[in-house]
Amino acid sequence: MNLLGKLDWSAIPFDQPLIMGASGGVVLVIALLLGWITFKGYVPYLWREWLTSVDHKRIGIMYIILALIMLLRGFADAIMMRAQQAVAAAGAQGYLPPEHFDQIFSAHGTIMIFFMAMPFVIGMMNFVVPLQLGVRDMAFPTLNSVALGLTASGILLTNISLAVGEFSKAGWVAYPPLSELQYSPGVGVDYYLWALQISGVGTLMTGINFVATILKTRAPGMSYMRMPVFCWTSLAANLLIVAAFPVLTATLAMLLLDRYLGFHFFTIDGQGNAMMYVNLFWVWGHPEVYILVLPAFGIFSEVVSTFSGKPLFGYRSMVAATMVICVLSFVVWLHHFFTMGASANVNGFFGVMTMIIAVPTGVKVFNWLFTMYGGRIRFTVPILWSIGFMVTFVIGGMTGVLMAVPPADFQLHNSLFLIAHFHNVIIGGTVFGLMAGYNYWFPKAFGFKLDERWGRASFWCWLIGFYLAFMPLYALGLMGMTRRMQHYDVASWQPWLVVAAAGVVVILAGIVSQVIQLVVSIRDRERLKVTADPWNGRTLEWATASPPPAWNFAVLPQVTDIDAFWKKKQRERTQAQPPKERKFEPIELPKNSATGFITAFFAVVTGFALIWHIWWMAGLGAIGTFLTMLAFAFRDEEETEIPAEQIARFEQVNQAEIAV
Amino acid sequence: MNIAVAVDDEVSHEAQSSASEAGPAAKRVVVGYGFWIFLLSDIVMFAAIFAAYAVLAHATAGGPGGVLLFNQRSVAIETGCLLASSFTCGLMSLATGSRRYAGTYLAALITFVLGASFLALELREFAGMIAIGAGPQRSAFLSAFFTLVGCHGLHVTAGLVWLTVMMAQVAIKGFRPTVERRLLCFSLFWHALDIVWVWLFTVVYLMGVLS
Repeated sequence: MNLLGKLDWSAIPFDQPLIMGASGGVVLVIALLLGWITFKGYVPYLWREWLTSVDHKRIGIMYIILALIMLLRGFADAIMMRAQQAVAAAGAQGYLPPEHFDQIFSAHGTIMIFFMAMPFVIGMMNFVVPLQLGVRDMAFPTLNSVALGLTASGILLTNISLAVGEFSKAGWVAYPPLSELQYSPGVGVDYYLWALQISGVGTLMTGINFVATILKTRAPGMSYMRMPVFCWTSLAANLLIVAAFPVLTATLAMLLLDRYLGFHFFTIDGQGNAMMYVNLFWVWGHPEVYILVLPAFGIFSEVVSTFSGKPLFGYRSMVAATMVICVLSFVVWLHHFFTMGASANVNGFFGVMTMIIAVPTGVKVFNWLFTMYGGRIRFTVPILWSIGFMVTFVIGGMTGVLMAVPPADFQLHNSLFLIAHFHNVIIGGTVFGLMAGYNYWFPKAFGFKLDERWGRASFWCWLIGFYLAFMPLYALGLMGMTRRMQHYDVASWQPWLVVAAAGVVVILAGIVSQVIQLVVSIRDRERLKVTADPWNGRTLEWATASPPPAWNFAVLPQVTDIDAFWKKKQRERTQAQPPKERKFEPIELPKNSATGFITAFFAVVTGFALIWHIWWMAGLGAIGTFLTMLAFAFRDEEETEIPAEQIARFEQVNQAEIAV
Repeated sequence: MNIAVAVDDEVSHEAQSSASEAGPAAKRVVVGYGFWIFLLSDIVMFAAIFAAYAVLAHATAGGPGGVLLFNQRSVAIETGCLLASSFTCGLMSLATGSRRYAGTYLAALITFVLGASFLALELREFAGMIAIGAGPQRSAFLSAFFTLVGCHGLHVTAGLVWLTVMMAQVAIKGFRPTVERRLLCFSLFWHALDIVWVWLFTVVYLMGVLS
């Protein structure tokens, strides 16, 4: 019995210069960063103000930082894949051996969906939703911090696999029987499974937290039909999380039982059923698509309305469309595998349902267009992303409807046409939306705008790069090229793949522009400084200071209408308001808690131990997690009080600043 | 723009007729509501495992099926224990509501004993099946059976640990609002396990011996 389970020195691939170089570089950067933080004496500040913070705004920002780092990691994988396919034609093998290439495409998908898009979306909702609802925090602030910790744990485990052992080679969907022990005996699939289980629990916590927050804690007067559209789409996304993520948890648990204890859920022997995994996976997987894109729709709604200077066209139809999509997303899962061989009637049903989803989505697109129609549009960076989205997403949507026709799908299934389609909707929808939101709410979060010129540059590079990188894939799919090919024999495919690789380089220029944008903006933050309402906004987050104080609102706002803040500004413009003495009361805020951080630590220990079959360490990690929860349950003080004078002083200072 | 504009507005409140405009709900409501959502998600997870069980119910791979394996009498006693424990859990809620320590402890103790008896019977059933070579590795049907019933058993175990912790909290902290909210959540959890068991009993043990 080995004390370290399956772990020994052979787990670290010393003979692979590419992997060792990359992971060595990452370790070096992290070590330098930690050293610099310690040397500068920032550790207490970081611990007190960020790592143990239960403030939804801080947690949201930390989610987004994680997501941006993971965007770089996932994008590095994308560059390697495109470079490989650009050269590995007609007998050439390229520079990546198959087992490495397989890990890269698996890691790319896993990271981009679970550890880039999800944290980005959740971070955006965390920062914005309580502010838009006009309240001071989430329903369960400490749970929120634990959820962040568990997401970070999943991210850490996935990235440890780069240097210690290997990552899954079974694709981001990990279909059995390939992902079963018989065909994937290494630790790669285990890294995938445990990373997703741990971060999945965190996501579920987030979902519960947001549903409770949006449905039970809103500012006085904010009825459902006065909620900003971003809150509505967030509600829909989180309802989907609550209803869909448990299915993923159950499915991955079954695969874990197969791999660890010799169960027969999806194995070939023992009468297991591999197609059941595929069905269960997509029962989660299709709603997941809408978990990612619905909040982005909400962001576009806010951005388009603000920068057109008009209320959103068809607010009620927007809400209805959102909820219809929310429900329909559960009855289309089979379109991911029409080729399973279900009867024509079953395929027909799922094909029709899939096409029907295009209707509410179309309603949304027309609503955005009509909002812009007749408006006085200010072409800022967020609205550029929104317009880019409308054009791009419609193309992606149409190719989706095309593949919803089962006979057509039999031709296109698992071809690059599919790859082009889902990148078209995920990049054109979710990523563009997140970039719009990032540029839109950045001044609220930090008190200064992002540089416009570099913002524009990054948008155009992303847009052009996207079309260069993915339009050739549609053509290649129609020419018969399947996904996940490490090399290929058909020479006529190569020119298209070279163009796609060039497109990725243009996207890289876009990402570099974004990094420069951030650096330049931080350098010029005095010039870019803003007050509470830099965009002439319409919703409540613009009613408080930038950045907002820990308590968000000194007095909870009274809401009487949709676009509460906009109506307020109009009222003040038309009617003289008598100056009045403002009275403040002390505010109770939830106390900081290290629970999230410590839980995350033990989650990583437990996960790592389970991946490598180090049973004693897994036991210790589990006990540690339990004791952490116990300590949290027995703490005495749960809240701190902000004195009224401090609030009054803050309001005074910020008013003076704005009056200048 | 003035940052103060939105926060001290004196708008007439006559429009606040519906409950959805009443402002943030009380902590007790929010906690209970959040826990209901959690229970919902937990039931969705069970639903996925139920679906897997339904798919694999006849995939015995030449091994024994439900007719051979299930002991109706033992399962009936198990069910009785669990349903009775739900009743005593209700008694505990009543005692908590009227702040009676002795009643709370007694009801909690009976709930614990009944829950533990349920678990013991279930483990005996599992051990018996494994002993005759009908463990979860035997066939897909048995994998699904052990996972479905075992997952419910794990929930009961977690409930017993939770109940113990809660009694320690009542003893140390008394009936303060946080403790009362947690007891509320616990009883919701315990009753939800009953609901799952009723389904499980029907789908696994009753329908399993029909064929």
